[in-house]
Amino acid sequence: MPKIKTLEDLMKIKEDAVKELKLREAGKRGKVIVAMGTCGIAAGAKETLKAIVDAMNELGVEDVAVVQSGCMGLCDVEPTVEVALQGEEPIVYGHVTPEQAKRIVEKHLKNGEIVSDLVVKRGQV
Amino acid sequence: MPVAVVANTVLICAGGACISAGEKSVKQVFEEKLKEFALDSVVRVVETGCMGACNLGPLAVIYPEGIFYQKLTPQAAEEVVVEHLLKGRPVEKYLYKGPAGEVKAKAQEELPFFKRQVKIATRNLGVIDPTDIEEYIGRDGYFALMKALKEMTPEQVISEIKASGLRGRGGAGFPTGLKWDICRRNEADQKFIICNADEGDPGAFMDRSILEGDPHSVLEGMAIGAYAIGASKGFIYVRAEYPLAIERLNIAIEQAREYGFLGERVLGTDFSFDIEIRIGAGAFVCGEETALMASIEGERGQPRVKPPYPVESGLWGKPTVINNVETLANVPPIILKGSEWFASIGTETSKGTKVFALAGKVRNTGLVEVPMGITLRELIYEIGGGIPGGKRFKAVQTGGPSGGCIPADYLDVTVDYESLKELGTIMGSGGMVVMDEDDCMVDVAKFFLGFTVDESCGKCTPCREGTKVMYDILEKITSGEGTREDLEKLKELAQFISEASLCGLGQTAPNPVLSTMKYFWDEYVAHVEEKRCPAKRCKALIRYVIDPERCVGCTACARVCPVNAITGEVRKPHEIDPEICTRCGSCMEVCRFDAISKVSP
Amino acid sequence: MNVTQIEKAVKEIYERVKSESLGEEEDMLINVLHKVQDHFGNFIPPEAAETLAELMDIPVSRIYEVLTFYTMFSTKPRGKYVIRVCESTPCHVTGGKAVVEALKEALGIDFNQTTEDGLFTLEYSSCLGLCGVAPVMMVNDMAYGNLTPERVKAIIEELRGGEAK
Repeated sequence: MPKIKTLEDLMKIKEDAVKELKLREAGKRGKVIVAMGTCGIAAGAKETLKAIVDAMNELGVEDVAVVQSGCMGLCDVEPTVEVALQGEEPIVYGHVTPEQAKRIVEKHLKNGEIVSDLVVKRGQV
Repeated sequence: MPVAVVANTVLICAGGACISAGEKSVKQVFEEKLKEFALDSVVRVVETGCMGACNLGPLAVIYPEGIFYQKLTPQAAEEVVVEHLLKGRPVEKYLYKGPAGEVKAKAQEELPFFKRQVKIATRNLGVIDPTDIEEYIGRDGYFALMKALKEMTPEQVISEIKASGLRGRGGAGFPTGLKWDICRRNEADQKFIICNADEGDPGAFMDRSILEGDPHSVLEGMAIGAYAIGASKGFIYVRAEYPLAIERLNIAIEQAREYGFLGERVLGTDFSFDIEIRIGAGAFVCGEETALMASIEGERGQPRVKPPYPVESGLWGKPTVINNVETLANVPPIILKGSEWFASIGTETSKGTKVFALAGKVRNTGLVEVPMGITLRELIYEIGGGIPGGKRFKAVQTGGPSGGCIPADYLDVTVDYESLKELGTIMGSGGMVVMDEDDCMVDVAKFFLGFTVDESCGKCTPCREGTKVMYDILEKITSGEGTREDLEKLKELAQFISEASLCGLGQTAPNPVLSTMKYFWDEYVAHVEEKRCPAKRCKALIRYVIDPERCVGCTACARVCPVNAITGEVRKPHEIDPEICTRCGSCMEVCRFDAISKVSP
Repeated sequence: MNVTQIEKAVKEIYERVKSESLGEEEDMLINVLHKVQDHFGNFIPPEAAETLAELMDIPVSRIYEVLTFYTMFSTKPRGKYVIRVCESTPCHVTGGKAVVEALKEALGIDFNQTTEDGLFTLEYSSCLGLCGVAPVMMVNDMAYGNLTPERVKAIIEELRGGEAK
């Protein structure tokens, strides 16, 4: 660890730390819900979830919470991920592999475009 | 779709109180279960400092929703993982419940206990991981030091602290800026800054919580103070009773050195400063500043005559500033947000906030930080939740063994340095022990005096001998052998000891007696003239009796009595022989028919 | 442990503390005494005090002057587990007395005594600052809160059990 000498050094660390802390706080633009029932986990939801968190960190998406739920009841298309942003109808994606997860973060969370080829349901489940 | 809101961070309170109430294993269960359900990579478990609500411990808050769980057991933790984190359903039975039993999930936002607080000194407690310096930085940590070193002269730092009106939080309330200024003006070749973390007042634990939960705020406050007065070295004197605080401080000092906040050329400037921890060894008097310095120097912790004051001639004869933990934790926010902001909180003469430790007969025990000028009623009833068990409030003791008791008549008095002093007590370090109708005030006074007798260092006669004589008189009164003359003698001795003692310990030792005599004179008189203890607490003045109307003869009391003082046939009323009875109270506890009561005389 | 071993151990502790300290030499005494006490199992043997006096070049009486002042130092052997019960107001008013009685009963000793098997020493402590979960006690560095006579007995049993294994 190089010693801190300037305000810029300090700001840099603060920004990183705030990202960490922000994950805990409410008041976000919306949330990404990963179905983590036993079926989802068996289908690889754990890897998907990790990929989403990683992609969000990488792309600097801080204002969306990643949360988990139990089974959504769409077991045949697991792993499933729901994106629920304020003012939009919730979108459920199916068969979300880690690669597809990254696409969802990039397109939907960052650019606001729905990844239509993965959509299995629109609106409240 | 089920409620799909599950959080990704579990904050577990790792303050001393929660750990001793079982937190360690709760955390283990959280981690094990998260692993079992493969949630360990996405749910973070973070240990934080004391959240303040110690009587609800072990505590955990789950974010992002801020769901507040209380009184967790390992089994409860398992349920929380399975139900809440995995399935998204908060486990209602472990949520905080209000007085009427209503569930309050987001306790930190809704409860008066949390809502009424203004957090400055305890701003990071329960929010950050105290062992991670970056989380402290993330909450604006070390920005005040940066500002002070790069943008302000030492004189500017001092005038900022002066303008804020910050006063010592350790007891006497001396203006911090003035203390720094006097030391600054002294042109010695070496000066020291000491953090007094020898928190010894019974019932006060805010300093421990700050050291455990936010050690960096104290280090930053010390570094700013050192820059202001021109010190290159600092000491933190911590009592040995706080091993966790010592451990966290050691980690924090290491990290601060690594990041360049301590050591040679701090933040690349010409200012060099380092801190060393000194551990006490169980002597209350070492909280007195001259005794504390003697202890740091490796001597018996005995006080010295003042003047000279430490700011003139302190550690090894060098000018020394001694500040309390809470005082130092207030320094960084003042520098960062400005003195005007700080001075806008509080009263005319007492600015900012004060951390109180609520203990004793009050529903919500724990730490609270409130603006100066709040009333005792608000503190005890709104924040503290009132007296449990439908009992009547009798008095609140502030300032520990140097303070006094305030009776119910003065509940609407505001809490600040001056008004407490007027009532014959002191702010002290912020301990507040609430007492109800079952507490005997003579007994309370005797308790505190017993404390002083034990802790007197023995150097000066008034304190060493005088407090012992006062204690013996109180002992005589509580055992029913006191006289009117004894009461006069007590008053006279109290006056003499407070005038003639060498240090603050002796000078304030009679306060608990003086204040209880002032407000509860009738109780003293009842003890000596009627041989009666109105609170039915003093053993020699009470008897246990069985109401023959209520007694069903179940024999429970006779079986539990350790001295076989209870006789009677099965299914017939029993009797207690007062000659044999030792007044242990066991019989009253086991009786399920409310047939046993205490009477005095 | 013979005298040479004690001397060697004290010397090592002294050198270590000295290298870690930023301060002057004479003020290390209390720190060194803490470490020496930990090393010799909760007390400071006379030989250790003598060695320390030689190393620091001060009279032995100076060492005893300091160590007898502080309640946490002991000149006589104490148990492996030093149990320190808080006797302050908040513990006092929340049932600390019953806890004390239960402890005495479970251990079969009074205050400032050590059990025959050398496991436990019972002492009073000033406020431990854990008043929110009163009554409390510390067993060496571990704090236990919300004590009841039953819980105290269970804790003692557990410590004893752990030793028997």
